[in-house]
Amino acid sequence: MLEVFVFSTLNGLVTGLLLFMLASGLTLIFSMMGVLNFAHASFYMLGAYFAYSISLKLGFWAGLLVAPILVGTFGALVERYALRRVHAHGHVAELVFTFGLAFLIEEAVQFFWGADTKNYQSPDLLDFPLFTLFGQEFSAYRGFMITISVGIFLALYYVLTRSRIGIIIQAAITHPHTVASLGHNVPLIFMAVFGVGTGLAGVAGVIAGPVLTTFPGMAVVLGSIVFVIVVIGGLGSLGGAFVASLMIGLLQSYAIASNLGMPDLLNWLGLEFSRDHPLNDLWTLTLPQIAPVLPFLLLVLVLIFRPTGLAGKREE
Amino acid sequence: MKRLHRSITFRITLRSLLASLVLSFFGSISAQEPVRIAFIDPLSGTFASIGTSGLKQLQYAADELFNSKGGILGGRMIEIVPLDNKQSPTDTQIQFRRAVSEGLRIIFQGNSSAVANTLNSTISRHNRRNPGQEILQINYSAVDPILTNEQCSFWHFRFDAHAVMKLNVLTDYIAMNPEIKKIYIIGQDYSFGQVVSDTSIELLREKRPDIEIVGNEFHPIGQVKDFTPYVTKIVSSDADAVITGNFGADMVSLARSIIDSGLDIPIYTFYAAYDGITATLGADGVDKIYLVHNDAGNPLPSEERLAYTRNFKRLNPNNDMTQFRITNALQMLVQAMEASQSTDPYDIALALEDMRFTNMSGEELWMRGEDHQIIQPLHISVHTDQNIVVDADNSGFGLYRDFSVPGDETVVDHSCRMRRPRR
Repeated sequence: MLEVFVFSTLNGLVTGLLLFMLASGLTLIFSMMGVLNFAHASFYMLGAYFAYSISLKLGFWAGLLVAPILVGTFGALVERYALRRVHAHGHVAELVFTFGLAFLIEEAVQFFWGADTKNYQSPDLLDFPLFTLFGQEFSAYRGFMITISVGIFLALYYVLTRSRIGIIIQAAITHPHTVASLGHNVPLIFMAVFGVGTGLAGVAGVIAGPVLTTFPGMAVVLGSIVFVIVVIGGLGSLGGAFVASLMIGLLQSYAIASNLGMPDLLNWLGLEFSRDHPLNDLWTLTLPQIAPVLPFLLLVLVLIFRPTGLAGKREE
Repeated sequence: MKRLHRSITFRITLRSLLASLVLSFFGSISAQEPVRIAFIDPLSGTFASIGTSGLKQLQYAADELFNSKGGILGGRMIEIVPLDNKQSPTDTQIQFRRAVSEGLRIIFQGNSSAVANTLNSTISRHNRRNPGQEILQINYSAVDPILTNEQCSFWHFRFDAHAVMKLNVLTDYIAMNPEIKKIYIIGQDYSFGQVVSDTSIELLREKRPDIEIVGNEFHPIGQVKDFTPYVTKIVSSDADAVITGNFGADMVSLARSIIDSGLDIPIYTFYAAYDGITATLGADGVDKIYLVHNDAGNPLPSEERLAYTRNFKRLNPNNDMTQFRITNALQMLVQAMEASQSTDPYDIALALEDMRFTNMSGEELWMRGEDHQIIQPLHISVHTDQNIVVDADNSGFGLYRDFSVPGDETVVDHSCRMRRPRR
């Protein structure tokens, strides 16, 4: 039992931290634009595909360096030449624009790389078990994923709260006009934040591609869950997103590992239903079976009981 | 009054004149009018790779075997009309309406039993309400047994062995291996995944009562990002083997996670090859991934088959001949059209019933008339890079045949009580 618990915690941490890399960029962009970027997970997918193509020629490490920069640059260009124009027409237009962009990117990826799964492999350098616990290996690559994610969280936190740039960004988000009158180029700051945010999604794609498989549906699979995290964590809050990411990662991992289900609940209540009962599917439901949808349940509960999320400040 | 009468007769003659003109026009070109076949499968979205690959194989079979040789039924070409259902039952309904409105009478569909079941009931209803306008369902891949059992239909023909037939062969194969004592079953939470789980448990209990089922897990289809938590459970269950009916990204991720965890046990699958899966598994999957399927794998059984496959590869360098049953299905369909000299689904269906056919691999196929289920040899192949003539995903890895069962030994009973239309 202990082995399952330890490994579930590790698995939950890996997933949670990966989700955080996506959520951090999304929540930053949200606090800046006031609009959710529906195409965010698509930038994550682009990161994986760019890194895959680069890794074929120059190896994994070159991909890790170059792909996020490419994705970030692409993101910045999208902000500069498309989103900024759409911005003038209000939030709904922006929302619809990012929604369309997500579809466009998915189709483009299928057009250029094809619809099948890509053979994107983790580097040979990390192809060994980091440690073996209770007969189960924990790969070095997963350790590497944790290191990168934690590193990015610390760096981001430091830059935003301790550096001059961070102060200007925070000010630009809440008081754009004042910051502009102080002589800062606010549109440039917005473009940079968008670029960095999408670049972070790119990093997530680069390191997740080899383990979660690189295929055109990868954005859709991860996209919805990232929105859940940002909402649960409180829109615009980096700390909230961090807590929510870990929470969801661990919640899913534990739910899958557990063997609890409706039969246990019914036993405990002393109830019994025959197999022919019309709701038999409900009475035999187990926690692992519904694990991947639990975050959405959590989302609904949070929206009902604490609409601002865990650490959200806005209430408008 | 008289004038009115005259103008009506005039109009009638004019109309009949026009009609006969139109008729003669179409009549004269009808010899060249193509036989149009709808292909309803995912061409976008999560499962697009399997759908597009199937489309290419159907198109190739039509062009290579018939269109380039002067067509069928005295010079008519086969035209494949692709309709994208994104593997969703809702979109399937929409595309079905479109097929009907475009006058398409034959539908190829394979991916997802949930979609096949929807299509099956939609077609049954449509055909009951529109006598003379019936639609024929050519199911080349969906393996839920229900389609040729409880829900069997006169208008549905299946060209793949259904899940119970495949599991019968697979459990025979597992039962031969005395080292396997504990089995873990994991699958997608929908009709096919449930059938795999229930049937495996039932058959293993009969064949090897000493085998313990140490896990029976379902996960939502296409929703799992990371399978590592599931693999943690598999490892701690101490299983000697895994059975899964997963396909697409769910299959790759599961196999990758199992291999990454350092677990060295065989994984018995239905769909763990091609469309990027073989390349992604690569060296890590050698001698671990087993597949039960209707194709003979390597070595290819006949020269003709090898040439056919190589030519497909030449035209589609990035695709493989993954579902040879599509070719079987088209060839048998055309043979039925030629035999009945008709493209009407009713005539075709009658001709297909109890048809015996020797395919390009030299295998005997029989379309059982009672339930419209194909009976054909089944094989178990292993993922390897040894003795591979035709590889998958251009990776050097491919499927090597390890175990074969002749068609008549794959037969299982059915509970189909078919409602036959009266004509």
